[in-house]
Amino acid sequence: MDYTVVIGLEVHVQLQTQSKIFCGCSAAYNPTQPNVQTCPVCLGLPGALPVMNRQAFELALKTALALNCEIASYTKWDRKQYYYPDLPKGYQISQYDCPFSKDGWLEIEMNAETGETRRIGIIRAHLEEDAGKNMHDESGGKTDSQVDLNRAGTPLLEIVSQPDLRSAAEARRYLEELRLLLTYLNVSDCNMQEGSLRCDANVNLHIHQDGKNIPTPIVEIKNLNSFRNVELAITCEIERQFEDWKATGRRLGDVPKETRGFDAQRGVTVGQRGKEEASDYRYFPDPDLAPVTVADELIEQLRSDLCEFPADRRKRLAVTWQLSDYDVRVIVDQGREFADYFEAAAQACGDGKQACNWLTQDILRELNERRLTIAQFPIRAEVLANLLGRIPARQITNKSAREVFLELLNDGGAGPITSSRIDEIIAARGLALVADTGALEQVITAVIDKNPKAVADFRGGKQAAVGALIGQVMREAKGADAQVVRELIIKALQSG
Amino acid sequence: MSPIGATTSELLAHMERGEFSSVALCEAAFDRIAACDDRVGAFLHVDREAALQQAAQVDDKRRRGAPLGRLAGLPVAVKDVICTRGQPTTCASKMLEGFTPPYDAHVVSKLREADAVIIGKTNLDEFAMGSSTENSAYKTTRNPWNLACTPGGSSGGSAAAVAAGMVPLSLGSDTGGSIRQPAGFCGLVGMKPTYGRISRYGLIAYASSLDQIGPFAHDVAGAALLLEVLAGHDPRDSTSLPMPVPSYTAALEEPLKGLKIGVAVEHFVAGLDREVEAAVRQALDVYRCLGAEIREISLPHSKYAVAVYYTIAPSEASSNLARYDGVHYGHRAAQFENMIDMYCASRGEGFGKEVKRRIMLGAYALSAGYYDAYYLKGLKVRRLIRNDFDAAFAQCDLIASPVAPTPAFKIGELVNDPLAMYLSDIYTLSANLAGLPGVSIPAGFSSGGLPIGLQLLGPPLAEDRLLRAARMHERATDWHTRRPEVV
Ligand SMILES: [Zn+2]
Repeated sequence: MDYTVVIGLEVHVQLQTQSKIFCGCSAAYNPTQPNVQTCPVCLGLPGALPVMNRQAFELALKTALALNCEIASYTKWDRKQYYYPDLPKGYQISQYDCPFSKDGWLEIEMNAETGETRRIGIIRAHLEEDAGKNMHDESGGKTDSQVDLNRAGTPLLEIVSQPDLRSAAEARRYLEELRLLLTYLNVSDCNMQEGSLRCDANVNLHIHQDGKNIPTPIVEIKNLNSFRNVELAITCEIERQFEDWKATGRRLGDVPKETRGFDAQRGVTVGQRGKEEASDYRYFPDPDLAPVTVADELIEQLRSDLCEFPADRRKRLAVTWQLSDYDVRVIVDQGREFADYFEAAAQACGDGKQACNWLTQDILRELNERRLTIAQFPIRAEVLANLLGRIPARQITNKSAREVFLELLNDGGAGPITSSRIDEIIAARGLALVADTGALEQVITAVIDKNPKAVADFRGGKQAAVGALIGQVMREAKGADAQVVRELIIKALQSG
Repeated sequence: MSPIGATTSELLAHMERGEFSSVALCEAAFDRIAACDDRVGAFLHVDREAALQQAAQVDDKRRRGAPLGRLAGLPVAVKDVICTRGQPTTCASKMLEGFTPPYDAHVVSKLREADAVIIGKTNLDEFAMGSSTENSAYKTTRNPWNLACTPGGSSGGSAAAVAAGMVPLSLGSDTGGSIRQPAGFCGLVGMKPTYGRISRYGLIAYASSLDQIGPFAHDVAGAALLLEVLAGHDPRDSTSLPMPVPSYTAALEEPLKGLKIGVAVEHFVAGLDREVEAAVRQALDVYRCLGAEIREISLPHSKYAVAVYYTIAPSEASSNLARYDGVHYGHRAAQFENMIDMYCASRGEGFGKEVKRRIMLGAYALSAGYYDAYYLKGLKVRRLIRNDFDAAFAQCDLIASPVAPTPAFKIGELVNDPLAMYLSDIYTLSANLAGLPGVSIPAGFSSGGLPIGLQLLGPPLAEDRLLRAARMHERATDWHTRRPEVV
């Protein structure tokens, strides 16, 4: 039996604003001091009233524009009503039937080798306020629950995709691309551990049977908190639904929509108790907030202020620096600052390929090992470029440059690392290329004398024999350029 | 001269001349409260110490010649649905028993800036839901003109406090007539300004799109002065209007020339008390004598006002009151099995009957499958009601009508007949639905000695016009000078 997988993602993103969406409280992540970032408005105290934060609205607009969404000229706020301790007003201010944006798309790469891409539809993006956080302290048999309202009222953008995703890997790819775009736009830090990016997945199968497509019941998997878990949970759910189909033959409509959670430890999705009476949120327009009209001028201004998107940047870098699709993906996907670093280094040293190799290998390795971000990396792009520039200038070898690079990193000295430090290291370690061919020729002559067999082999037509000679010369003449050595040896052998 | 029952202008003049201190005034207020509030039941909470301390500070300022606010030294009572920092604010509900807000409502800050002295918090129908102040969880307020009668509601405590001479000024809130109807029942000037004219920040919401704070006073000048202090834009209330506030007191004595007063045919129909109708017609004669033209107008959709109001107001209320769930503040049941049970028990115990009735009405009207037929249709008819007024105000400057179909009714008379109680607001509801300003002014007495009010409604932001017209009538009559003998 064959089937098609149908997946849609609902993504919640906390927008990076100074203050909350309807009050002046700080929206900073602060789990260690509960309830300090609160006021009558976000505590839902009697008599307090919300006032819309323009910055949050503009960040949301910016994101929707980057997702190619249509922006509504008129939008309003609605109350979504349900009872939960982390929701102090008994309703969440959200957007129901007039979201500020709809009908967009995000392009994702389907195949890294062919570079084939596909547009994933966005049904809508709307703004709402985040809830607080319930904390259950069950240590020592305690049954008390506590509520932290620091997060209550943080601006949240909900982005709902079309059910266009066809595999768990594709869902992950979509989420990664979305995250990258959001961080490029600087609208969210998208920290999944801290909950600033949260994902729910709607999954079902279309079973192909007797020339028909039979949909299985749609399941919503809630609170997927890492890319890995998104992929894993969906994979497990696909399997479960297929087994369930084979066992019960249940199809869409036979059972109410189910909500499941993901148990990463056991690698299974688990049915959740239905939220009591959650089916009717009794949405209605919030009478405390005026509807919002969005002027075309604002949209145009925000559109013109948009930065280059990751997909466009990949294309541009590939053309400008003649890099492979794989290389530009590695660079761009690391985030905006990493790509900025690359461009600065490539421009300063004039060799994009070289800069790319160093960034994607040496620097990425060091960042991972040292748990640093590119912004925290002690060697700035212009210093790296200075180092790299010395290789084609034949001041040092590629190998010596790596030695200098590591030395710069291990320096740990005070103050920023400057290019003059490179000179110091080269001098101290004697890494300067031996440009004095007289000294080098002496070494070569000695090596040739000591290796009659290799010499005979070479003269007998075995070109490879020269390798052994180069190796010996390099060991004795530190800092020599292998290319120069090779040329000098061949010259010596041919003339000898 | 006794300060009891004196008007704001008289009291301010006395203080100015040094004949009374604010402390003396406030002490007189507390004496009056002590003497008769056990019978009237206007106050839920008084803070004698804080009030006298504040009064002393104002007296001190006055002695030093420091700049004084517009209400310097005047005792003011505040409806207990308005948040006062550090003072209990209960909405006359068990749900908020012992609740003390950590902040002042916008209007309370305005009172403090104007050097008014807040005497205490007045009784109301629980969460401002009612027309008689009988729905309070704590006490029943009685009409100072006849203790067997209600003072009206829901701002009955604020009205009774002024009528009984306990304070010269008070604040009420008006969602469907809750200032104008008690003002009418108690022989006072009571005003509901244009929606958005006074910030709702700190007014505990009943129905957000209808609620508006307003003043009670013995006379038009007092109401105008208090309105002037309270009105204005507040960035903390998104529905607050940004327009500048004119001086309502400055032009008060100037009569309006060529005034055209509209009278709606729909307002004089069966159910209107004979004596009330006579008083209103007499008031219209007064205006005619003052040179005004009386024009017949029509408000064809006014017959739907009660139905629309009891769809929209409960819908908003059902949502606004969801926050009282026993989790973060307010009443929490002592016994419960689990979380859902805690919600049910806390709300079941904390809310009174009328509040529950309206929450259920509203939750029903907003439910999936009913929303379009009730709430959405309500919004559409609300628009038609507003359109009626827009058309009417193309032909007249103001609309005059009764405030309520009858004078004050007896305590207990309507309390078990919610529909009859709802109909007592038939003349006042439309102004809230249309967002218009309205004022109730004393216009006579029934044969039983109960006050009868006249309502004047104006187009948006015509508060100045309303007050000047009210003052014209006031100058030509003496109804506003009478005071009840509270025995
Ligand atoms: Zn806040």
